[in-house]
Amino acid sequence: MSLMTAHEALDQAVAEEMHRDARVLMFGEGVATKRKHLLDAFGPQRVRNTPLAEGIIAGTAAGAAATGLRPVVDLLFAPFLCFAMDEIVNSAGKLRYMSGGQFSFPMVVLTMTGGGWTVGAQHNHNLEAWFVHSPGLKVVMPSTPEDFKGLMKAAIRDENPVLFFMDMALAFVPGEVAEGEVFVPLGQAAIRREGTEVTLISYAKTVHTCLAAAETLAEQGVSAEVIDLRTLKPLDEATILASVRKTGRAVVVHEASRLCGVGAEVTALLSEQAFDALKAPVVRLTGPDAPAPSSYPLEQAFTPQADAIVQAATQLVARSPEVAPIW
Amino acid sequence: MHPSRPAPTRLDLLGAMLRIRAYEEKIVAFHERGPFPHVCTSVGQEATAVGVVSALHPDDQILTNHRSAGHLLARGADPGRLLAEVMGRSTGYCKGRSGTLHISAKELGVILTSTIVGGELSLAPGVALSRSLLGGEGIVVCFFGDGAACEGIFHESLNLASVWNLPVLYVCENNQWQAFVHRKETMVGDHIAPWAASYGMDSLTVDGNDAEAVLEAATRAAAQVRATRRPFLLEAWTYRQRGHMEPHDQSYVDPAEIQTWLAKDPIARLEERLLASGELTREGLEALRADARAAMEAAADFATASPYPDPSELTAGVYA
Ligand SMILES: Cc1ncc(C[n+]2csc(CCOP(=O)(O)OP(=O)(O)O)c2C)c(N)n1
Repeated sequence: MSLMTAHEALDQAVAEEMHRDARVLMFGEGVATKRKHLLDAFGPQRVRNTPLAEGIIAGTAAGAAATGLRPVVDLLFAPFLCFAMDEIVNSAGKLRYMSGGQFSFPMVVLTMTGGGWTVGAQHNHNLEAWFVHSPGLKVVMPSTPEDFKGLMKAAIRDENPVLFFMDMALAFVPGEVAEGEVFVPLGQAAIRREGTEVTLISYAKTVHTCLAAAETLAEQGVSAEVIDLRTLKPLDEATILASVRKTGRAVVVHEASRLCGVGAEVTALLSEQAFDALKAPVVRLTGPDAPAPSSYPLEQAFTPQADAIVQAATQLVARSPEVAPIW
Repeated sequence: MHPSRPAPTRLDLLGAMLRIRAYEEKIVAFHERGPFPHVCTSVGQEATAVGVVSALHPDDQILTNHRSAGHLLARGADPGRLLAEVMGRSTGYCKGRSGTLHISAKELGVILTSTIVGGELSLAPGVALSRSLLGGEGIVVCFFGDGAACEGIFHESLNLASVWNLPVLYVCENNQWQAFVHRKETMVGDHIAPWAASYGMDSLTVDGNDAEAVLEAATRAAAQVRATRRPFLLEAWTYRQRGHMEPHDQSYVDPAEIQTWLAKDPIARLEERLLASGELTREGLEALRADARAAMEAAADFATASPYPDPSELTAGVYA
């Protein structure tokens, strides 16, 4: 085991994959400057700075991926994805299908999202559901340094375009990462804590909020299971369903806004396929339908907190009729 | 020219243009009988397609836009498989997944037909980056219109290709129109080629209705890209003889403009040259036209007889 941040874990994953496969390269705004050790190790052909032009960065990645390279591009902050939507959604996501399978798009788009750095709405916007909704793309959003490493390696080796969201609050928090090969297959959720009475389902930083809530719930005599989705597409439906069939109750927690969010999908899945097992309505705790504020207390208020999760879970277990979402 | 391939003769150029025209006429005929998918034809732009594509080597790669039939046919695409794709049949180049607007043909080095105007410009540097890093002599040709040149991605693409020394031959087919808008309404100046200078790139404007002139210019431009591994912008000055898409409608176009350009029809021009020089007789010309038409009849028969994809394949191939 060694202790490292998510940021370091990502770097390690990219470096190991670049060693393993000469077709892997990385580019983006300041990539060669900020990841100088990659530049030193692999040279300027494979580690490149780009102009501040997200459309051409993503389009170049798509063109390169279609013709034999395996690019990882850093688009910095998630709102900048808006500049690259055409290339990611219309090209990378669709051209494999439209060409009748003639071309594949093995590329990774790395981007930062979520509250924690008080950077405000034009640098912080949880857009993951947009990409879940787009055919041809895969979406990951890890919560631990080990998963950052293992999922990045899986994303680089995948033959499809993968959107890799880094929740900013997690970037510099150290965590244990196993020695040797760390590889987390796409599409497998993790059960972070076992429990029997209610399932807390989340991803990225709110997984940790759920774990804190589960501690408190345990002190209060309520046994909560915590699921970390890790990959939002493909979604590990089996793990979600098995857990909720066991506990009969679910609270879905994420920072992105509620309407058409990933939580809506999980909730629908439970109503379609685990309806008989449900002992109470499924509850979603999410961020509001508002741009992310910059001021620290507002940013904290934006993100679901452990207290609200404890309250929702307690009410579900008590079958209180007053269960209501916070937003 | 490529050592392994002789330069095309003037008769080759004419034959290729006649085939493209016959293909588009077949599409128009299908439309008139309808119902048929909307298609953007390249009638009037045959010289650009044939001139540029004839200057390429087999290992060069092509990205193009919605008016791609000429480029694909000039590259040797089978008209039957093209028509089948347009008609949504499983024998099409993309198994009926693409339709008319996004045909790619990997075996011909045609990476992309983009119907997102400018999409081809966004992918071109990446394809060329693969050429640079994975080796090989090939270059990448990117066809686009004057409309696409007015988008931000054009500038992003040229800038990056130049900064990164990528072997891209950008070919702007300035056909005067951007769907239903004349370029004069939306563009500064008449020409795209001079814009290349801002990106440290050489450029050339050529009469896009003169197949021989296009072949010569494209051969020079491609040779420069091959030798320098740097991008180059070639602008072909040409005209879209039909409406933006089928069914044909040019009611919004000044009739005098249409007449001026019909008088410069690229096929008629080469035919006259060949007849005048004695390289071609009237009968020989008729035979060439009949060959082209017969090939398209056969293509149409193949396409119409081809099966549709099975609905059970609807979601096959979204992911690798
Ligand atoms: C991004 C985008 N905007 C608008 C359209 C609709 N559209 C299709 S073709 C076209 C005109 C393109 O003009 P130009 O690039 O000059 O090519 P041409 O059709 O003249 O060959 C337009 C506006 C589109 N397909 N994509």
